[in-house]
Amino acid sequence: MQFIPITPEIENEMLRQMGIPSIEDILNIIPEPIRLKHEMGIGEGLSEFDLWTESKKRSLTNVHASEGMLFMGGGAYDHYIPAVVDFISGRSEFYTAYTPYQAEVSQGTLQVMYEFQSMICELSGMEVANASLFDGASAVAEACSMALSATGKKIVALSGLLHPSTIEVVKTYLQNRNVEIINLPVDHGKTDITSIADNVDDVACVVIQSPNYYGVIEDWTAVSTALGDKKGLLIAVSNPLDMVMLKSPGDCGAHIYVGEGQSLGNPLSYGGPYLGLMATRMNLVRKMPGRISGKTTDVDGKEGFVLTFQTREQHIRRENATSNICTNQGLMALRATIYLTLMGKENIKSLMKLCFNKAHYLADQIIKIPGFQIPFGKQFIKEFAVTTPVSARDIVDTAEKEEIFFSIAEGDQTDRLILLAVTEKRSKKEMDTLIQFLRKQSVR
Amino acid sequence: MNVPSNLKYSGDHEWVKVENDIVTLGITDFAQSELGDIIFIEFPEVGDSFEKGDAFGTVEAVKTVADLFTPVSGEILEINPELEDHPENVNTDPYGKGWIIKLNMRDTSDLDDMMDGDAYKGFIS
Repeated sequence: MQFIPITPEIENEMLRQMGIPSIEDILNIIPEPIRLKHEMGIGEGLSEFDLWTESKKRSLTNVHASEGMLFMGGGAYDHYIPAVVDFISGRSEFYTAYTPYQAEVSQGTLQVMYEFQSMICELSGMEVANASLFDGASAVAEACSMALSATGKKIVALSGLLHPSTIEVVKTYLQNRNVEIINLPVDHGKTDITSIADNVDDVACVVIQSPNYYGVIEDWTAVSTALGDKKGLLIAVSNPLDMVMLKSPGDCGAHIYVGEGQSLGNPLSYGGPYLGLMATRMNLVRKMPGRISGKTTDVDGKEGFVLTFQTREQHIRRENATSNICTNQGLMALRATIYLTLMGKENIKSLMKLCFNKAHYLADQIIKIPGFQIPFGKQFIKEFAVTTPVSARDIVDTAEKEEIFFSIAEGDQTDRLILLAVTEKRSKKEMDTLIQFLRKQSVR
Repeated sequence: MNVPSNLKYSGDHEWVKVENDIVTLGITDFAQSELGDIIFIEFPEVGDSFEKGDAFGTVEAVKTVADLFTPVSGEILEINPELEDHPENVNTDPYGKGWIIKLNMRDTSDLDDMMDGDAYKGFIS
């Protein structure tokens, strides 16, 4: 898309035709206290060459994920992206950041969405998926809105081991909605669900992430049992790849599945754009935000695809809507579809077994280092927490200088907890380098 | 516009038919023609209780969604199960197969605020 500036002459002509003396007369509805009355302080303009040189200089101070040893996780994972994903998604028939509306959308794009939805249903064990949302965190918030609308209840119970950013996003979404948010406490790296019984009649939903923020596998079925036949919904949050190693949310009795889909063929990309996944049961389909591609037959009896729900929220339901989402994250969903199609059922399982074996190898070695522990046991897939003998912040900072990257556990007051994620890309050599590094920290 | 004389009407374009203390409720021929093709009815649950004037559900048409209001207080006894698969019955037969809910009327004086057929005809003209 081109940016076409207007000249002062054109601007004056436009104002003349509108009968408005100056631009200021259009802007004067903006309240005085919030108007900027000074220059932006961003300096003079640069020439194209100077700008290019400065940008290059700054970008060289970044370390690309592929240059270091990346053991960071916490919702974004460094899985290998096969070249086919870039190639097919980059084809001109597909490649756009724009999500087309009904009148513009091609059959090919609709078919991709349909396949995407089918695969998300298969992974999550649910009956119907939408064509994606913005990212995992906002998908959780949208699921809470769905539950509030479907149940008419006013309490949202959040596991304390959702990703901390997810909790923040849910709070932001719900802050003006007369909703009470209850935080389920944490016990030994797992969500303590005993308090669900106290609110079981009034709760709209219980939100449980598995594996949780510490990588520990939670018991969705126990939550489903605790909710019994009450109205409250179980919202299961999970990484789509981890789900191939678990009993599916559907099989555990979840009503809504949501997750972050970045792992499916999308780059880490400094935190976005990412991909929100959502699937549910048919009885909740009309409460589900977003768009759905449906399969149908045309007047000649030929198979075709059509957007079935897309316009409802924005154009039809208006103030009755439970969400203002009526689009999807088309390009990321396309990449996820290509990735999943390429991998297939068996390879995805092999991939996750590889991640599992590597992560457990690393954990087994770390236990042997004096002062380091795996505090929450081995019920994890590819990510786990480690307690450190010295300041976790110091260890993370020191490691960064050696281009080994991992995270401290956010919200941990003791400063003795780090998180490690191991994808198939981490070699034994890299893991052994990390182990050597940690060994040095223990005797420091 | 079809306005049967044996029914009572609300300003929100609902009709009710009263048999003993059981009220059958739907939307009027005028309402369905204003809404256009109806594609979904969101029902309350049997046993839910509503006060006069409450929204008890929604009716979704191709171009709009409208709340459904009850002009009488009461408890839901029955919903029209056929509308789940055939919401278009509200368009084709609003006073017959297109009925929406039956409820147990708590106070017959709620009916005093409603219009008869002639008054409703005047209301929509």
